[in-house]
Amino acid sequence: MSKSHYEFKPFNVGRVIVWGLFAFVLLVAPLVFNSGLSTMMLAQMGIAIIACLSYNLLLGQGGMLSFGHAVYTGLGSYLAIHALNIASKGTLAIPVSLVPLIGGIAGLGFAVLFGYVTTKKAGTPFAMITLGMAELVFAMSLMFSEFFGGEAGISSNRVMGQPFLGITFGPAIQVYYLIAAYTFVSVVLMFAFTRTPLGRMLNAVRDNPERVEFVGYNTQRVRYMAFIISGFFAGIAGGLGAILFEIVTAEVVHGARSGAYLLFTFLGGATFFFGPIIGAVLMVLAFVLLSEFTKAWLLYLGLIFLFMVMYAPGGIASLIMMNLRVAAYGFLRKLWVSYLGLAICGLIILLGAGAMIEMLYHLQLNVALGSQMKFVGIPLDAKGLNSWFGAGFVLLTGLGLFEIARRQFSKEWSQIQEDIEKEIKRREAAL
Amino acid sequence: MEFFIISMLNGLSYGLLLFLLSSGLTLIFSMMGVLNFAHASFYMLGAYVGYTVTGIVGFWPALIIAPLVVGGMGAMFEKYALRRVHQFGHVPELLITFGLSYVILELVQLVWGRSAVDFKPPEILSGPIFSLINHAQNGLSFVWGRATPEMCSAADASIRVVCSLFPATRGFMMIVALVMLVAVWLLLTRTRIGLVIQASLTHADTVEALGHNVPRVLMMVFGAGAALAGLAGVIGGSTFVTEPNMAAAVGSVIFVVVVVGGMGSLSGAFLASILIGVIQTFAVAFDTSIVSVAGQLGVQLSDSAKNNSVMKLSISQVAPILPYLFLVLILIFRPKGLLGTREG
Repeated sequence: MSKSHYEFKPFNVGRVIVWGLFAFVLLVAPLVFNSGLSTMMLAQMGIAIIACLSYNLLLGQGGMLSFGHAVYTGLGSYLAIHALNIASKGTLAIPVSLVPLIGGIAGLGFAVLFGYVTTKKAGTPFAMITLGMAELVFAMSLMFSEFFGGEAGISSNRVMGQPFLGITFGPAIQVYYLIAAYTFVSVVLMFAFTRTPLGRMLNAVRDNPERVEFVGYNTQRVRYMAFIISGFFAGIAGGLGAILFEIVTAEVVHGARSGAYLLFTFLGGATFFFGPIIGAVLMVLAFVLLSEFTKAWLLYLGLIFLFMVMYAPGGIASLIMMNLRVAAYGFLRKLWVSYLGLAICGLIILLGAGAMIEMLYHLQLNVALGSQMKFVGIPLDAKGLNSWFGAGFVLLTGLGLFEIARRQFSKEWSQIQEDIEKEIKRREAAL
Repeated sequence: MEFFIISMLNGLSYGLLLFLLSSGLTLIFSMMGVLNFAHASFYMLGAYVGYTVTGIVGFWPALIIAPLVVGGMGAMFEKYALRRVHQFGHVPELLITFGLSYVILELVQLVWGRSAVDFKPPEILSGPIFSLINHAQNGLSFVWGRATPEMCSAADASIRVVCSLFPATRGFMMIVALVMLVAVWLLLTRTRIGLVIQASLTHADTVEALGHNVPRVLMMVFGAGAALAGLAGVIGGSTFVTEPNMAAAVGSVIFVVVVVGGMGSLSGAFLASILIGVIQTFAVAFDTSIVSVAGQLGVQLSDSAKNNSVMKLSISQVAPILPYLFLVLILIFRPKGLLGTREG
């Protein structure tokens, strides 16, 4: 069998460059974006990256659609914050930097416990059982207020014990670097996992469980072990979250949190290892920035998700990879006019639809302020016929133009794919 | 005794409402292999559409119009979105209905607001349907409608008289659910279209070869399931509260019903719905905990045991988690569900 690409041996230079870049970005990011808000957001992104990647061990690598991943991150958070509280009382000698590991062990323990039941099934029943488990844990969080802290949650203080080399974990930047270190190691470990025999078997269980059974493996065991490993990393993410926020409320085990992990892992792209990293960055941006920008952000998010599932089930990562492939064969230049056209038409649609949605929200929430409002600098009257007519006109124009541009684009795209196929055949023949 | 009868009837009516929801879900699942995550969202949509239509033409027309509107929306969703992702496999199918549940929730909040709307049943359904009077001397008696205050109080204060009312909306809920149950059963077993649906369940290719339009049958089944959920929404919304939270409240319970009953089994869904409805209704009514039982048995507990959060929990506090505990137990001891035939 001939290799489709060149490999450096025994040292994979390409891989070292990619991981080095990743470490470099983690190191430099807080120096470039150095305001308080951005440090906080970067720290949250690190946590989200671990959580989404651990979720993708289930969804992308194992084909297990879980609706209850927040159970493992959330219970990891709770155990970690309790550990932090005990440690600050002095009964348990553990440094703050190791507290996330307690979260990880907690996530692992609960995954061993719950995973035994959930991984008995695959596919749709698995999804429903994880949903039931998530509801069970959330309902319990309201019942046992000693452990879960009821409405107020459990709070703690991460500055405790003797400072080590002057590191107290008081300033946000120190916490960021702790999170960055954990993120880097976790990402490396999870990538390494996909290369182990177990990781490969997991892919096989996803693609053809029947055949795996024939070969002599127990698919349930493989799913169970992957579930436990995923639970461990989820718990680490939860533990880091406990240190960052210094408070844990029942919200962390809520179904909405699980839903967000699912949504953004998918948006980022579950079929590629790096997809969830994109998803995690988008998740923090959406939760922190988009929710400030518009009240209707969940609606936009839901619509984007729907279109993504329908037209690009591989997520953003697959879109990037497809265009990289086109670029690698030197055809990207032909497409940029179409991309520009699509983007402009998309913006027109967004303008029209956004104006209508924002007017509706304005009517619903800010009626007391009068019907006048502004949308991207355009004054609108939420009760006026003119504004509605104008927005509808813009939307319809955008839709019409988009359809024309889309047809042109899909024609060009399929032409280019054919050309690439021909090019591949030509190169093979030349060998 | 009257407490038992009233609670039993309440439990049965709740269970029948759950069945109205889970029957559509089961039907869709067994035909297409798609678990419709947005099923409870159609229930909520039914309640809100019913509320709006009631404001225009009254409750009784709304009872028919709202399910039709919701069913139409469901059919359109199947045709233009779900069918498109069918080629990608089951996980994207589940994901697209998951995305739809987000969008419906936000749209409902956009159109009707974030707080509950005042959806009242019509005048005729607002009172009790009958009253049970437990007289300490005369025993149990039964009165249609509301019992008069004279009947509920004895002349002699030492005689204990308890009046229990059964709301008419609950009775109406039971009647509608039973009628729909029979109608669906007759449709599936006695009509031509029912035979086509049943055949498409197992032998889609053959049915297609015989000249039936199977994708259209699927679209109609999806629409019918959504319409059933919409009907349940009109009744449930007017009986309980119509609020944006109602989909999440009932959604996970109907998934439990479908798994406990056995994936794709209609009779299993019926059994599980009734069981869960009755269990939850009874559990809410009991205030017993381990501490109170120990007190009644005369067992002395230490103070630390009395303040233990597990020991203090009453059955009514545990009620919300009972369906999920039930789910876990079923999965451990009978993984294919109560009446299921296949392992997931």
